[in-house]
Amino acid sequence: MEPFLALVSKPDNVPIIAIIFLLPFFTWLAFSQGRRNDKAGTPAEAALKDKVYVWPYLCRAEFLCAIIVMLILGVWSIALDAPLEEMSDPAKTPNPSKAPWYFLALQEMLVYFDPWIAGVVLPGLIIAGLIAIPYIDINPKGKGYYTLKERPFAIATFCFGFFMLWIVLMVVGTFLRGPGWNFFAPWVKWDPHKVVSLTNVNLSYKFGIRGDLTANIFGFIVVAGYFSLGPLLYFWKRKTSRFLQELGLIRYIIVSFLFLTMMALPIKMILRWVWNIKYIWVSPWFNV
Amino acid sequence: MDEKRNGLKEKITNSQIWRSMFRHGYEKTGRRYTLQILQNVWLHLHPPRVPRHGINFRFTWCMGGITFLMFLVTAVTGVLLMFYYRPTAEYAFRDIQYLEFDIPFGMLLRNMHRWAAHGMVIAVMLHMFRVFLTGSYKKPREFNWAVGVILLVVTLFLSFTGYLLPWDQLALWAVTVGTNMARATPVLGHEGPFVPQAITQSNDVRFVLLGGTEVSPSTLLRFYILHCVGVPILASVLMALHFWRVRKDGGISGPL
Ligand code: HEM
Repeated sequence: MEPFLALVSKPDNVPIIAIIFLLPFFTWLAFSQGRRNDKAGTPAEAALKDKVYVWPYLCRAEFLCAIIVMLILGVWSIALDAPLEEMSDPAKTPNPSKAPWYFLALQEMLVYFDPWIAGVVLPGLIIAGLIAIPYIDINPKGKGYYTLKERPFAIATFCFGFFMLWIVLMVVGTFLRGPGWNFFAPWVKWDPHKVVSLTNVNLSYKFGIRGDLTANIFGFIVVAGYFSLGPLLYFWKRKTSRFLQELGLIRYIIVSFLFLTMMALPIKMILRWVWNIKYIWVSPWFNV
Repeated sequence: MDEKRNGLKEKITNSQIWRSMFRHGYEKTGRRYTLQILQNVWLHLHPPRVPRHGINFRFTWCMGGITFLMFLVTAVTGVLLMFYYRPTAEYAFRDIQYLEFDIPFGMLLRNMHRWAAHGMVIAVMLHMFRVFLTGSYKKPREFNWAVGVILLVVTLFLSFTGYLLPWDQLALWAVTVGTNMARATPVLGHEGPFVPQAITQSNDVRFVLLGGTEVSPSTLLRFYILHCVGVPILASVLMALHFWRVRKDGGISGPL
């Protein structure tokens, strides 16, 4: 329990504790308004679209908000000192070495993917994917008010990525990872000598494939199949639907690629936990 | 008595000094409320009027504004910190210690800077979350959402470059871990896939970022300049664009 308590009370981890409380609150705030709007048929915001003067009404609200936030920040700064450890020493590597909390989801991904994917390709795709959202979400409804019913896929997908892949991984990386980046439950004492036997094998090996070349081809087929079969099947069954007609082929390809890339992380996590799978695709140049 | 007071008030507000500073009176009329915004350099970022739901805390959660407030706090406290800090391996850590123990309110200054930086990251996450849930990125605000995503990245980078500056164990190793991933950049990192022969440990992207093959005093200087000059300027430019676009895209989003 002690290492866990020490972690929780570490000043630099306080923001995560704050997030653990703030996010559920704001999620509730948004979802309850969404549900209310969905039930009423017309969003409550529509009833409030008459204009009010910014001075004094908005300025007053901003001023109040600023005072409250500054008060909280003031108390926080008086009560809690910023950490300062010993002077840096390149010869003394702490175990575990952790990135700042907001990058810990990326560091956590390193468990499941090689650094070039977890550290470079996935972050790049996250940024590109976020920027792409307005251009691939062609649903005109739900603009400027809270709703759940009118855009279920968009909200479910975003929330999954936001909560599961950013917040949860961040919390796991911060609080549940100890020496050697091994997993430690909160009540377990950190043992720096804990040995976790590495029994991970590649997917091709599980399927009885031993040759390098065949394994390479097998991996390529699995990965290519993952990215193409689902989208092709759905497209083939639904291609005359109005939704797909409006979306268009290019948007459809981008949406399915981004979606499947996001889902690749939880899939790989489950493969690792349940079947100890290391790589899906082993090639002479890179491993996936 | 009342008459006397009113007379005095008149005298002050009619004086040349007062008139030179405040260009109009303070009647409670719509025209005056409008002028208050339009004629004030700090407030004219706002439109004179907004839809009623836009000032509702439950709609925006004030999170964009709080992000900006946190940025301002870090800017002010950051400049003050610069008076006491030298970005070299000999001095950096000692300067922070000196700041904490010997400078009046030094510790408080450092705390405010650090917690405001963390607060900015939290606020920007929540801001993005709210903009998504109200569907505010939809036409015509697509581009402003893109500017926002870049601002998110810039915010994280601002925080990350600052993390190294205390030059303690926490700073050194967090930045070491964070920048290690750059080794594996495809094509441009010496341990990444598809790397040409010419890319080595001492000319890949990580080397450019660190100014060396590991986190070293030149990294400290590089991060210091990025943290105090480069990234804040970039962030300010992007924020100006972001706020401008909020207005040009028709103000705060709402149901049609
Ligand atoms: C440094 C970071 C940022 C600052 C200071 C900032 C500030 C603001 C402010 C003050 C507003 C006015 C409405 C509000 O307060 O909610 C706003 C609106 C907006 N922001 Fe940001 N923002 C930042 C980052 C982002 C990010 C990360 C995104 C999205 C990825 C984003 C997307 C938008 C959009 C689309 C609007 C228009 C919302 C509407 O009309 O309802 N911004 N921003």
